[in-house]
Amino acid sequence: MSKQPARTIKVDILARVEGEGGLYIKLKGDQVQDVKLKIYEPPRFFEALLRGRNFAEAPDITARICGICPVAYQMSAVHAMEDAFGVKVDGQLRALRRLLYCGEWIESHTLHVYMLHAPDFLGYQDAIQMAKDHPGVVQRGLQLKKAGNEIVTLLGGREIHPLNVRVGGFYKLPLRSEFAALAERLKWARDAALETVRFVASLPFPDFERDYIFVALRQPDGHPFNEYPFNDGRLVSNGGLDIPVSEYEANFTEEHVQHSNALHSVLKQQGAYFVGPLARYSLNFDRLSPLAQEAAREAGLGPVCRNPFKSIIVRSVEIVYACDEALRIIEHYERPEKPAIEIHPRSATGYACTEAPRGILYHRYRLDEEGSILDAKIVPPTSQNQKTIEQDLGQFVPRFLNLPQEDLLWQCEQAVRNYDPCISCATHFLRLEIDRV
Amino acid sequence: MASEYPRPPGALVIGIGNAYRSDDAAGLIAARRIKERVSEHCSVIENAGEGTSLMELWKNADRVVVIDAARSGAAPGTVRRFDAALHPLPASVFRGSTHAFSLPEAIELSRALQQLPRQLIVYGVEAHNFEAGSNLSPALESAMPQLVECVLQELLDTNASRAQKVPVVRS
Repeated sequence: MSKQPARTIKVDILARVEGEGGLYIKLKGDQVQDVKLKIYEPPRFFEALLRGRNFAEAPDITARICGICPVAYQMSAVHAMEDAFGVKVDGQLRALRRLLYCGEWIESHTLHVYMLHAPDFLGYQDAIQMAKDHPGVVQRGLQLKKAGNEIVTLLGGREIHPLNVRVGGFYKLPLRSEFAALAERLKWARDAALETVRFVASLPFPDFERDYIFVALRQPDGHPFNEYPFNDGRLVSNGGLDIPVSEYEANFTEEHVQHSNALHSVLKQQGAYFVGPLARYSLNFDRLSPLAQEAAREAGLGPVCRNPFKSIIVRSVEIVYACDEALRIIEHYERPEKPAIEIHPRSATGYACTEAPRGILYHRYRLDEEGSILDAKIVPPTSQNQKTIEQDLGQFVPRFLNLPQEDLLWQCEQAVRNYDPCISCATHFLRLEIDRV
Repeated sequence: MASEYPRPPGALVIGIGNAYRSDDAAGLIAARRIKERVSEHCSVIENAGEGTSLMELWKNADRVVVIDAARSGAAPGTVRRFDAALHPLPASVFRGSTHAFSLPEAIELSRALQQLPRQLIVYGVEAHNFEAGSNLSPALESAMPQLVECVLQELLDTNASRAQKVPVVRS
């Protein structure tokens, strides 16, 4: 095999991931010698921008880091601030935050499932080509995503970069009557999400599983809510991790890697780990609603899923859950008297992780007694998955070396898209290169 | 209800960009300046450029002008005009947008689903710097008044045949 002619192939942009980055794979014969994924740049600019700002500005500033998951940034920011100031937001305000997160999951997951990932499985170059043969499927995706937009618009004040979120709660609360039309829309969306699960379950999947270390939030047994995770819980893994979020930095570390501005997050002593839908699902299957569990089973999933290509099914199951949970919250909604609880700044450090659509998003802020930010640290999910994606490719590529180069590149792109890498928070072109030496 | 998208009675102007990616903010900044100078019959919206939200915005509109940063290798500040209702955007100009499903894809998906506005004009302003930051490059800052004037003229101009040309107003 080592006498194969040397070949270098470059593809300009890896399409259909959020943002831009680069992938380089070096092959010698049938051996993968090197995989370098250059998709993530840490949000240093924002960490610097936050220094000296008032704590109350953090949710809106960090929401600008990503156009796809602004709610996640707001949620991690407000929870970290509340942790620092010793405040707990509960009751209906807590429920509304979950509702807002449901909206973001529906939007983000639906975009990825229909517009970015499904075309891979069906052999289309993109959603535009897919729409020509399957206009009804694409229309369903667009309408389903819109249901998520409508939650975020109603609660967040506007569709992207919602402005209504603040430390302690919200600026303005909706009336119960304002949810009536949304609830009708969500009932349709829940059915459409179930259709989505059936649709994606019928796609062809490569037989590929790895023994990942999954990391996600999980509420401990005996927790009053026993919920599928959005805003709170302990950080747990299938490798024995079970820590409060405040111990994140004692257990995870970021390594500089030369091929990228990126930092690779690793679990100390254990290395690469996996965050996002597959991890959440595999660590919290018992916390899904009965309807979502049933949808998963009908799609052929067990309580743990180790095939990253099946993340498209898990994402769809999470859309079902988000619709179901949103309807539950709306049904029980009673408008609180005050839109937010009072906040009294103090000198402290606050920590939070919330479950962004792509996985845990860590924020840490050190604040002075006036509530000014002394320093900030933000670790987005994509940086945490980067090393795992490289390892996937290292194992996946050798099995497909007989494919024509174009098809091999396609498979690699699809494998990267399993993670819905969000690099709009991050960097530019995603160039894809395979060197055969 | 609050979740309904605006249904502009007149024209709709959409400025696209990321306020914290230097020149990528050009579309947003142009939109802000245009908003100060148009009547209430014209809606001016800032958008992060995610494709499906663009499709929703223009789905029921009749006349739409979109402003976005471009990356074609032309001189920074070069302004180009495209009639997207007639032709797809050239891939060489709007390649590598910040979002995978972005403006060119949104236009083509709308076309495939027969949901394009009757008139869809795209102004691209050549960007220079996409690094993290909140200031425009000098070349883009100087191009801004002309870009704003072009779009304002567009809104006055009811003659769609003007769409054939691709004037370079600054190079």
